[in-house]
Amino acid sequence: MCSIDGTLLDFKYLDRLADGDTAIHRLDPRAKVLVTLAFVVSVVSCGKYDLTALFPFFLFPVFMITLGNIPGLYLAKKIAIVIPFAVMVGMFNPLLDRQVMLQVGSLGITGGWISFASIVVRAVLTVGAALALVAVTGFPGICAALERLGMPQPFAVQLLFLYRYIFVLTEEGGQMARARELRTFGARGRGIGVYGSMIGHLLLRTWMRAERIHMAMLGRGFSGVFHTRRQFCFGVRETVFCLGWGLFFITARLVPVAHLLGTLVGF
Amino acid sequence: MHMADALLSPAVGGTMWALSAGSIAYCSARVRRELDDRKVPLMGVLGAFLFAAQMINFTIPATGSSGHLGGGLLLAILLGPYAAFLTISSVLVVQALFFADGGLLALGCNIFNMGLIPAFLVYPLVYKRIAGPTPGRTRLTAATMASAIVCLQLGPLGVVLETVFSGVSALPFSTFALLMLPIHLAIGVVEGAATVAIVTFVHKARPELIQEALGERPAVHRPLRTVLIAFAAAALLTGGILSGFASKNPDGLEWAIARVTGAETLKGPEQGLHAVMTALQARTAFLPDYSFKSADSRPKSSASGSLGTSVSGVVGGVMTLAIVFLSGFLLKRRIW
Repeated sequence: MCSIDGTLLDFKYLDRLADGDTAIHRLDPRAKVLVTLAFVVSVVSCGKYDLTALFPFFLFPVFMITLGNIPGLYLAKKIAIVIPFAVMVGMFNPLLDRQVMLQVGSLGITGGWISFASIVVRAVLTVGAALALVAVTGFPGICAALERLGMPQPFAVQLLFLYRYIFVLTEEGGQMARARELRTFGARGRGIGVYGSMIGHLLLRTWMRAERIHMAMLGRGFSGVFHTRRQFCFGVRETVFCLGWGLFFITARLVPVAHLLGTLVGF
Repeated sequence: MHMADALLSPAVGGTMWALSAGSIAYCSARVRRELDDRKVPLMGVLGAFLFAAQMINFTIPATGSSGHLGGGLLLAILLGPYAAFLTISSVLVVQALFFADGGLLALGCNIFNMGLIPAFLVYPLVYKRIAGPTPGRTRLTAATMASAIVCLQLGPLGVVLETVFSGVSALPFSTFALLMLPIHLAIGVVEGAATVAIVTFVHKARPELIQEALGERPAVHRPLRTVLIAFAAAALLTGGILSGFASKNPDGLEWAIARVTGAETLKGPEQGLHAVMTALQARTAFLPDYSFKSADSRPKSSASGSLGTSVSGVVGGVMTLAIVFLSGFLLKRRIW
């Protein structure tokens, strides 16, 4: 029950983070989207046993989070919620891959454990980067950026519509669920019969709402495109941002930074 | 079940991205050309409806647990394949960004597994075949139930194949499939029950909605053929790219097969498609020995086996992390 409201609040909170006004927020969304995609691809392209090669990549999410003034703890909690699938699948690696790859004293660490750790680290990195991107750019910004980068226009309109009505409809759904909860006793009334007609009603109401929206939009001269006054400029800052991070990702992929540091200290 | 970035290789993720982006472009063009703009707000609002509906649970009798709607199939039934595909894709984009379900690179896989499969495979081949042009209630129920189950077998099968081809997880195909498919058979039945409940309600309350979607494009053969050709092309492309990676990189499926069945049986596929593909790849590969993996494989072999996993690597790794987080801390202190 309160979980629906909780989810919605959480969602709104993440959405509102994008209203910030920091140097990162002010960057052109296209630069942020491109760099984040490059980041995800470089992280994912690391070999499955290259655990330490992944560590330098933490710099990017940390940079976005700190400069974008995003609460790190909140993001960490969100990351922790979604990791289980990767962990569940990765858990089989230690069982199936038992070749010892590293001896620390008498403790032999198998390849399975290393690749398991690398899966978890990858999950943290990729999920963290995606969430940081939303938090510093905002959904409309990402849509606009993707549209400028070649996403088909009907799909962009669809994404913006969806985004606008998610809040309205989830609130309505939450109200319906609460009303049902208050009228049920134990499991009675929570079965599929009530559920079917309840969601069916929500669906029909949604459908009629869409027709009203359409008429209202026609009345205001909608022609299939959202017109926004958003200004795009891919200037020096964006170029530096893209080139800088691009170079960093390539370096981090090619040079074993962690290993060099370790040798430097004398291990 | 959302595929995760952490389990994907760039080749698989990129291929699925290309496939999904192509389908989105195709469907966008179709929706723009053919549908009235009444559908535009409808698609958007129904996507939002899916979010609301997914948050409401119902109890599953005799188990004590609760289930909720996935919704891809419901949208296909109500909107027809093209609009439904765009709507599902948009929902998946929002899920990837806000709820970090899956990930950015895995988005292509997720759109394929949960959008393309219900809208372009199951809807025309299962649902339409069983429902027929003017379905009664029984036919509608049967068609919906069967489609839901097929959807939730093919989708997880996609997840399994994508994971195994990526080779990051050590799970062999058969084990992973045996883990995923039976669970999703149950989930499919639940999804089917929920979809049937909603569809029969809509069928009773406003039968024209379901009729409209079914009758919208009576000539389904031409688009189906285009889709099948696209699939064949995509499969060839995927096979070409993936077999390249799989044969170079034996820790994926082949590694698992070799481990489970012994190395001799690997000789089998060498005569068939696999041989053709490797021959093709040998001819097309511009860096014959190592193409993509060279960057991390070569230094590894020179530093006696495993560079990334030596003790210095571990110490250095910890130091890297410390430096990264310290720099974040300093950045924060200095500026804010």
